[in-house]
Amino acid sequence: MRHAFPFSAIVGQEDMKRAMILTAVDPGIGGVLVFGDRGTGKSTAVRGLAALLPPITAVEGCPVNSATQDDIPDWADVTKTDLIEKMTPVVDLPLGATEDRVVGALDIEKALSNGEKVFEPGLLARANRGYLYIDEANLLEDHIVDLLLDVAQSGENVVEREGLSIRHAARFVLVGSGNPEEGELRPQLLDRFGLSVEVTSPKDIETRIEVVRRRDAFDNDPQGFLAAWAKADASLRDQIVAGRKHLASLEASDDVLRDCATLCIALGSDGLRGELTLLRTARALAAFEGAKAITRTHLRSIAPLALSHRLRRDPLDEAGSNTRVTRTVEEVLA
Amino acid sequence: MSEQSEERWIRANLALACFLVDPSALGGIWLRARVGPVRDRFLEGLTKGLNGTKPRRLHPAMGDDALFGGVDLTATLAQGAVVRTQGLLGQSGVVILPMAERAQAGLVARLAGALDADANLVLVALDEGAGEEERLGHGLTERLAIHLDLDGLAIGDAPELELDLPALEDARALLSQVTLPDEAISELTQVAARLGVTSLRAPLLALAVARASAALSGDVEVGPADLQTAVELVLAPRATQFPALDEADMQDSPPDTPPDPPEREDQEETSEQDQPALPPTEMLLEAAKAMLPPDLLARLGAARAARSAKSSSGSGAKKKGNNRGRPLPSRAGSIGNGARVDLVATLRAAAPWQKMRRAASGQFERLHIRASDIRIRHYEETSERAIIFVVDASGSSAMARMSEAKGAIEILLAEAYSRRDHVALVAFRGTGAEVLLPPTRSLVQTKKRLSALAGGGGTPLAAGLKLALELGELARSKGMTPSVAVLTDGRANVSLMGEANRVTAAEDAAAMARAIRVKAFSGLVIDTGLRPTKGLGELASEMGAPYLPLPRADARSLSAAVETALSIQ
Repeated sequence: MRHAFPFSAIVGQEDMKRAMILTAVDPGIGGVLVFGDRGTGKSTAVRGLAALLPPITAVEGCPVNSATQDDIPDWADVTKTDLIEKMTPVVDLPLGATEDRVVGALDIEKALSNGEKVFEPGLLARANRGYLYIDEANLLEDHIVDLLLDVAQSGENVVEREGLSIRHAARFVLVGSGNPEEGELRPQLLDRFGLSVEVTSPKDIETRIEVVRRRDAFDNDPQGFLAAWAKADASLRDQIVAGRKHLASLEASDDVLRDCATLCIALGSDGLRGELTLLRTARALAAFEGAKAITRTHLRSIAPLALSHRLRRDPLDEAGSNTRVTRTVEEVLA
Repeated sequence: MSEQSEERWIRANLALACFLVDPSALGGIWLRARVGPVRDRFLEGLTKGLNGTKPRRLHPAMGDDALFGGVDLTATLAQGAVVRTQGLLGQSGVVILPMAERAQAGLVARLAGALDADANLVLVALDEGAGEEERLGHGLTERLAIHLDLDGLAIGDAPELELDLPALEDARALLSQVTLPDEAISELTQVAARLGVTSLRAPLLALAVARASAALSGDVEVGPADLQTAVELVLAPRATQFPALDEADMQDSPPDTPPDPPEREDQEETSEQDQPALPPTEMLLEAAKAMLPPDLLARLGAARAARSAKSSSGSGAKKKGNNRGRPLPSRAGSIGNGARVDLVATLRAAAPWQKMRRAASGQFERLHIRASDIRIRHYEETSERAIIFVVDASGSSAMARMSEAKGAIEILLAEAYSRRDHVALVAFRGTGAEVLLPPTRSLVQTKKRLSALAGGGGTPLAAGLKLALELGELARSKGMTPSVAVLTDGRANVSLMGEANRVTAAEDAAAMARAIRVKAFSGLVIDTGLRPTKGLGELASEMGAPYLPLPRADARSLSAAVETALSIQ
């Protein structure tokens, strides 16, 4: 297993980092979609974040990382009762993965040798309480994407096939990445991601040099580099943990709700998912920053993340949706 | 010429040596060359350098089972328990991918993922593509440090590679001690930026090459010569722009090159920042510049277009054309007729019966599979539509209503986007036509191309139609359903041969229109002239396509007309 590049050592890409931190504070925000150039540290960031997060406590040997005995699905044959700590899981979804691999299927081995009908959990089970990362999400077969988004939204994986009838918890943060030059995601799917970020290669030469320098230092001496950044990572972790605790105590005032609604109406985003995500994300940011209440400042800074992919797409709008959101935010929250 | 060839071969030799010193850090080699003695000689050197171990070979049409491991049919049946094979990517080492240009986007992404996951997995991609459009996907090439082009080298210029195996061994031992001077990182990064290499993987790979090169020459510190090697092997082949050295050089570059406006800004910015220019960087840039092919800029457009076009060029009857053929759940069926058995599904179907069948037959060791258990793979072959826009960019059109025509295309594009159609752009002006964009679904690309479209010159309508026809056939061979939408003011005045002759030009255009009808492409002719042109209506009927004068078309009626015209099929 390779070490993950420390999250706090990633240079620049503030939007992407912020979006990921916010989903760590409140996984209920939904997934993050990262679209942009190659070699901009998309997958580095996901792995770094998972390595940084506090370990989860789970029943030993449970295929879905259940936190308590009661959560273990009835089909799982878990004999141990000990609770162990393990790293927040990050599961990669390879592009060619079949439906069987993703949702799980009948365990042929057991079926063949003992004639037993046993469920073999898939990737979704392993990703429970963690992250599911899809590189090149735009190239994934449509039916797999549909399935993933459905599960990501409901938090439960239901398998009805081959005489099996099984369900298990599958709450994970979906992180998708891709390059829009190779094809785009269907607008319906875009909407299901909580946040979206566009990343570009840094244009500033000093930043670029710093990126290369750090990566090079990491490759040459992973242990030393990790040690050097351990403190920064730890303080970020503490802030995330504190944010999670703080989350429940933050209530949205009527003014904030009104702002969310006005913003979404002004941008013409379909459905109410925009408002809900906006609110949740703003709350997560406020919690992360340790603020006492959700304010317009919070809304303003996360609106592009939460809304830019929900606009009715004007295919030839030169300005790009980010600019449109920023402009509208300025007008509405003036 | 031969001296240059010799130099190229020496560079290939050096590249191979660097690669062999530190394969895992370099990720691999992207070798563009046709099959032939030169390539064989290079691969011979590679095998020799790997101490005789034969690298494993992949194939672009390989399935996931073979790559990542799957169920071993024979062993599974024999043992009655699932036996899995280790895929070709399951173990580290060097793998070779021949015919890399045929690799589809899915395979490219999977291989890239495998390279990321296992640092010791190294890929040598043998790309036999002809022309810029046919090439290995960017997702992979960018992870392979060394880009080599051996095309056009004669065997006479390529003597046997001189590989000093003991020296390689020494270099490998020395590698961990090689240190990097502080400026090296910033120099390589700056050179990369000035050459327009945006990905940050490139400078990192260049660093690895510089280290390997230093180790190879027995140095413990990376020197200027090593940096130069790194630039030559890694950065120069990736260049997307000529480096701006100073103002004089800026003016030297041909004025008709159309780099993206923001890019140009950056260029100026960087050169301003570097006013107290570091001599080493400049030197490296000079080295890179000497390496840049003279037709770099001309090739850029093609390369960029290829990026999107290269989503598939799959052969093989099964996947033919359907670049996103959707696998359906397997169904019961019988073997034969080339049907592919879904082994796992078959075993699953048989599994619950094993106990009973064993008891019934009295044979407990073997696996009982009946014909009724057989499951066959199915694919859904949905045909995608490709709308080819043929745009008149001639002087007469440009004068009149170029912007309206662009507006009309934008409406159509928006339509196409919402229907998930592929879109291609063909423009004709002057004496010929060109493909601005091969069929793609990327809106970003189309948008860029369209806004960059300039007007002027004659109206070679026939050439435009001919190109659309070819593009349409190509799209059809990939399983798409092509439609042709022509936007012109109809005053064809340049013939297929490029002569300015109104009569032959009109004849040629009519002939091409008939050819399009024969191919049964659905189509639409939009008259962008100030007032309807009589001849154009006739052309439309030759083409078997509806005729729509733009003057009367507002946005809504235009899109409705396109909708009806193109959904005939």
